[in-house]
Amino acid sequence: MTDVSATPTAAAAARSQGAGMKTALRWGLYLILGLFAVYYLMPLFVMLTTSLKSLEEIRTGDLVALPREVTFDAWAKAWSGACTGIQCEGVRPYFWNSVLIAVPGVLISTLLGAVNGYVIAQWRFKGANIIFALMLFGCFIPFQVVLLPMARLLGLMGIAGTIPGLVFVHVIYGIGFTTLFFRNYYVTIPQELVKAAKVDGAGFLRIFWSIFLPLSIPIIVVSVIWQFTQIWNDFLFGVSFSSAGTQPVTVALNNIVNSTTGVKEYNVDMAAAIIAALPTLLVYVVAGKYFIRGLTAGSVKG
Amino acid sequence: MKYTAKAAISALALTVAGVAHAEPQAEVLHWWTAGGEAKAVAVLQEEFSENGGTWTDMPVAGGGGDAAMTALRARVLSGNAPTAVQLKGPAIQEWYEEGVLADISSVAEAEGWADVLPAQIAEHMKCEGSWCAAPVNVHRVDWIWANKSVLDANGIEMPTTWDEFNAAAEKLKAAGVIPLAHGGQSWQDATVFETVVLGLGGPEFFQKALVDLDQDALTSDTMVKVFDEMRILRGYVDDNFSGRDWNLATAMVMNGEAAFQIMGDWAKGEFLAAGKVPGEDFLCAATPGEGYLYNVDSFAMFDVDGDDKKAGQELLAKLIVGPNFQKVFNLNKGSIPVRTDVSLDEFDDCAVKSSEDMKASAENGSLLPSYAHGMALRGAQSGAITDVVTAHFNSDMSSEDAVKMLADAVANSM
Amino acid sequence: MAKWFETHLPKIVLAPSFIAVLIFVYGFIGWTAWVSLTRSKLMPRYEIDGFIQYDRLFASPRWDTAMNNLYIFGGMFIVISLVLGLILAILLDQQIRVEGAIRTIYLYPMALSMIVTGTAWKWILNPGLGVQAMVQGWGFENFKFDWLVNPDMAIYTVVMAAIWQSSGFVMALFLAGLRSVDTEIIRAAQIDGIPTWRVYTAIIIPSMAPIFLSAFIVLAHLAIKSFDLVIALTGGGPGYATDLPATYMYAMAFSRGDVGQAASSAMIMMMVIFIIVVPYLYSELRAKK
Repeated sequence: MTDVSATPTAAAAARSQGAGMKTALRWGLYLILGLFAVYYLMPLFVMLTTSLKSLEEIRTGDLVALPREVTFDAWAKAWSGACTGIQCEGVRPYFWNSVLIAVPGVLISTLLGAVNGYVIAQWRFKGANIIFALMLFGCFIPFQVVLLPMARLLGLMGIAGTIPGLVFVHVIYGIGFTTLFFRNYYVTIPQELVKAAKVDGAGFLRIFWSIFLPLSIPIIVVSVIWQFTQIWNDFLFGVSFSSAGTQPVTVALNNIVNSTTGVKEYNVDMAAAIIAALPTLLVYVVAGKYFIRGLTAGSVKG
Repeated sequence: MKYTAKAAISALALTVAGVAHAEPQAEVLHWWTAGGEAKAVAVLQEEFSENGGTWTDMPVAGGGGDAAMTALRARVLSGNAPTAVQLKGPAIQEWYEEGVLADISSVAEAEGWADVLPAQIAEHMKCEGSWCAAPVNVHRVDWIWANKSVLDANGIEMPTTWDEFNAAAEKLKAAGVIPLAHGGQSWQDATVFETVVLGLGGPEFFQKALVDLDQDALTSDTMVKVFDEMRILRGYVDDNFSGRDWNLATAMVMNGEAAFQIMGDWAKGEFLAAGKVPGEDFLCAATPGEGYLYNVDSFAMFDVDGDDKKAGQELLAKLIVGPNFQKVFNLNKGSIPVRTDVSLDEFDDCAVKSSEDMKASAENGSLLPSYAHGMALRGAQSGAITDVVTAHFNSDMSSEDAVKMLADAVANSM
Repeated sequence: MAKWFETHLPKIVLAPSFIAVLIFVYGFIGWTAWVSLTRSKLMPRYEIDGFIQYDRLFASPRWDTAMNNLYIFGGMFIVISLVLGLILAILLDQQIRVEGAIRTIYLYPMALSMIVTGTAWKWILNPGLGVQAMVQGWGFENFKFDWLVNPDMAIYTVVMAAIWQSSGFVMALFLAGLRSVDTEIIRAAQIDGIPTWRVYTAIIIPSMAPIFLSAFIVLAHLAIKSFDLVIALTGGGPGYATDLPATYMYAMAFSRGDVGQAASSAMIMMMVIFIIVVPYLYSELRAKK
């Protein structure tokens, strides 16, 4: 918690005695890192190049090769023209559904995780650890197990097939992880802080609101990134608990990609996949730095 | 008091009005989401709207309907079943037994379905005597597709027995052509398997083994021979077949990279989409042996509340079996109309052959449901068989072991 | 009253989440246990019929394969991701010029869902289309990389793709750990003339024990839930050589209409998870006292 700087301190210190590594070693290092970058980029490369080819070229040429002729038709079609059923409006209409599901889902589960973590780490009572363990074990339940009973309960609650229903499901199965993040973060904050604040007359909520929340930015970033990725990429809940008009973008993507007995348009498939993944990619690229910082601050001393 | 009474009366009036002009509503769960299939369903939706209905689309693709079935279970359990669902084969009766299907006998009788549908296919649409589903099309599964120029170049005729097929394949292999284009997905393995069962065992054996699950048939010498042939066929497939989508296998035939493919008539759609002409660029024939394996798509109607939805179901059922939709849909999808009274003038030669063969098979009792496409058996049993077929095809298991495993798996699946 | 409220407020705040977890995790596990004792087919039924589903499960060769694959896949995936993540983090911690970009490249796979990266992987690993064809095209005719189509090796391609997806995330965890090691101790060690590699093995890595645990819990959770990955990459094939318990359960419940069988396989899965996770939870919570 004390040191959240993201400079390579350990290594800097470790190498300070033999100032300046040999250039050859340095080159080797970059080579290895570069090779790994190739490994990580390869599938994205295949997806990108395929999305820029015409269907004719894919049918006749190599699947894993640069396009002979670059065309953005597939992208346009994936966004607003590909059929996802009888409607041929691409992934665009479903994008909004995903936003409506992901934003409240992320916010509510993060908030609940923060409060839970705060209670478990700082207001310990008898059995708090057991409650924490029970919640954590919940992270591991395979989602296929919960589909049928969940469907029944959503029906009884009257939110089956609705966006609030989907938000509810994502919140329920997200709080295990968010609670873990915040609890591990808050446990590093000395108990004396709460004690001192209590002496000053601050209450439970007040301490949380004015002291803990402002300290929590790094771990909030981690929680938001994690939950956003999970909810945005979810397919199983999305397909089971949605109805016409509430389907998220992953379901639309799946509908485009999976035509059982029809002609496959791989270029459109790949373009649709990249479009569907853009929000999460963007989050990783933009917030990646804060992600590492948040992790530095959070999990390490936990 | 007065006010509430008035409100109650007007509410009642509204309900009555609602009945009188119940606007047909239908939420339709299906997995035809792309390409020609989606276009074909869109035709139905247009007709539905022209007749004053409101269609709510609920498409869920993936795994040949697996994802849609997941969604369906969740919807039914939550008490919010879709109006109409793409279902087929014994699954219709399975859902009926759960007490969730609606009775559409009134439409079926008014439209005279019994007179225009082949009797055997009509049986699939009935639950304990009443009609509960509307059939859309007939796909023939036991097709073999070939690249004409490759066959011509090697002096090969379309094979009519499995021995002929093997001989042709050896010749092609020697010439450096992949004899059989195949994708190593379990349902594709199962598709080839059932055509071999039909070809080597004949219709009666097929009925006993893959419909009645007769243990004697499953463990018979004929079944051992079937697995022997599967092992031979494995040798005619290239090394990279694993996980290949069926349409990529079709593309191999188109390019002349491979000579044959065993696949249902949806493969024709791929050929046609690439501008190939039946009889000139590619050939279609029934797989060696006699008989006809059908795969009928249909829509089952679920029990729903509300007159508008019930009106929707009736309208939908009527339109699905109506001659216009039957023609347009099947032209788009490569299959043939399930109605026997639709003119086939606009259909291609392969479709005409399919229709003729279906009529002939229905007469001599060799019209059989496809096991690989969920027409013959319930999911647990057909799945158990597929497990063994695909395990055998993808390993060096002996035919005798496979037969033994098959019998065990079927018994264990009950 | 107000005072009672104030003292119990923490518990009141925690209660909704806790109750939700009780119902939606433990209630559902109980429900699954119940259904696993019935002959449920297409839809759940509730008449108890003994352990028939477990007998069927253990008689199924496909289930054996699925469990074996879980051990191979889970073990390799977790160990290699940990090792690779640690190595990458150490390499990346050497004051690399373009660190931000490289980090993002390593991390981005976590952002993608497997629904379609699976297709890309399928092509890359396919001998006729991907790496093998490419290297052979360079003139190395004897180069062979056909794991995807080899029933004995196919599970390792699933491991490869899974590592691709998650190792960057583990790298990020370790990188965060390296950045927060106390530099004073390291300086002191160096003044004593201890070589750099010893500093890593003796001081830095051991001090990151909590990260190993955090990474382990994330990886174990991903391993057990690996489902999209297998479906997209191999569809469980060749044959059912790459089936995992999660895909087995899904196939039984939703494509085969054998809900009872699916429930029994789910219970066995839950037991495996329990055996793996409980010691972790125990040690984690004990250390915090």
